[in-house]
This record gives sequence, structure tokens and C-alpha cells, in this order.
Amino acid sequence: MADVNRGNRPLSPHLQVYRLPIAAVTSIMTRITGHALVAGILLLVWWLVAAVSGPRAFAAADWVVRSWIGFIVLTGSAWALWFHTLAGIRHLFYDSGQLLRIEEAERASWAIIIGSVVLTLISLILFFLF
Amino acid sequence: MRYITPRKAAQGLGSAHSGTQDHWFLTVSSCALVLLVPAFMLVIGKAIGLPHPELVAYFGRPYPALITALFIVVGMVHFIKGTRIMIDDYFQYTARKVAIIVSVVFSWAVIAAAVFALAKMTLVTIAI
Repeated sequence: MADVNRGNRPLSPHLQVYRLPIAAVTSIMTRITGHALVAGILLLVWWLVAAVSGPRAFAAADWVVRSWIGFIVLTGSAWALWFHTLAGIRHLFYDSGQLLRIEEAERASWAIIIGSVVLTLISLILFFLF
Repeated sequence: MRYITPRKAAQGLGSAHSGTQDHWFLTVSSCALVLLVPAFMLVIGKAIGLPHPELVAYFGRPYPALITALFIVVGMVHFIKGTRIMIDDYFQYTARKVAIIVSVVFSWAVIAAAVFALAKMTLVTIAI
């Protein structure tokens, strides 16, 4: 093993000191948002099942859905859902061989971040107007 | 010189030997979800705040019931495939098996609960 080059090998990024590119941040956020959506879907399915379980069960679930806890969970879920949807659309472009150049991927990342916030705000405005 | 096509030369050399079908399923279901996500959000947005009888009647109607059922069924099967990729990345051996089983069982329980609730609301609405 004496002739092995130990000092000059390429290293994988050391995550504690490596500044992640924006495309890497949005990629990780895609996975996190997809899994975090479990909270919103559990709340809504509990609410649906409570609605057919009886008035008391529904009152409890409906209180949570309409409370500030429900507002935070559902608004967070709406943002996560929009983010994951936009990032999923980007994956469809990736799969067809597009948006793969670095500057394109970075622009798409910012489009996902800004787009998800804008769509969440539009969703909230529509919800409170109608 | 080998008289075989590049495809034939590469075939079977991957480490997994399967998985294309999972990627294709995620592609198909994500296309469906691009349409279902805004529809589902509109349906839920209109439902939140309704009094109990109106809510049951609302989900007894075809459009809210079908959009909700489709979103939850397609979404949760998409979720099973998505968590599977995460599990394969971060878990090994017994922990991987347990995580896969928990993910699949949990997702189908969510689907069953949602479909049951929607079916019952539809039947209640028909009875009225």
C-alpha cells in the first residue's frame, strides 16, 4: 500500500464546511417537503374520518383544523406541496435532458423557491376570500 | 471485435438489475399529481369551515369526492415509492426492511381510512 497516493485524491464535499449550491439545497428540500407532507395528510384524513364518526369526533378534529395549529400545519403543507410539485416538474425536465447546465439548474432552483412562496400566498388569499 | 450493440454490452451491468419501473411509476404519478394538487387544494380550501352536515354533503358530491380520493390514492402510492428511495439511501439491513414495511402499511392505512370516509359520506348523502 506504500505507493498509494494519499494526499492528492479528490474528496467528497465535507458537509459541515461545504457551502451547498442552491440546486443541492432545493434538491434536499424536495425530499424533506415530500416526507413532511405526512403531517398535513394525516390531519386531513383524521378530519375526514372524524366527519363520519360522529358529532363529537368531528367537533374535536374540526377544532384542530380551524385552530392556529391547523393553520400552521395546513399552510406549511400548502407550501411544501407547491414546492414539491414545482421541484417534481423540474425533475420531469431533468429526465428529458433539459435544465441540466449549472446556471439553468440555479435559475430553476430560484424559480422553485420564489414560485412556491408566491403560490402559497395566492392559495391563502383565495382561501380567505372565498 | 464483438458483434454486439452497445445496449447489449451494457445490459445487466447495473448494480440493482431492476428499478426502472419504480422511476417510471414516479414519472406517471407525478404527471397526474401536477393536475391533482391544485384541484385537491381548491376542494379542501372550500371544505374547511363548513358546518358538519354541509361538509358531509359536500364530500358526497362527485367532484370533491373523486378529486380527494384520487389525490390520496395516487399521492400515497407516490409517497411509498418516494420513501423507498429515501430508505434505500439511509437505512440498511433489518432497519431498512422495517422502514419499508412501516411505510407501505402506513400509506395503505391512510388510503383505506380516506376511501372509507369518502364512501360513507357519499352513502349518507344518497340516503338523504
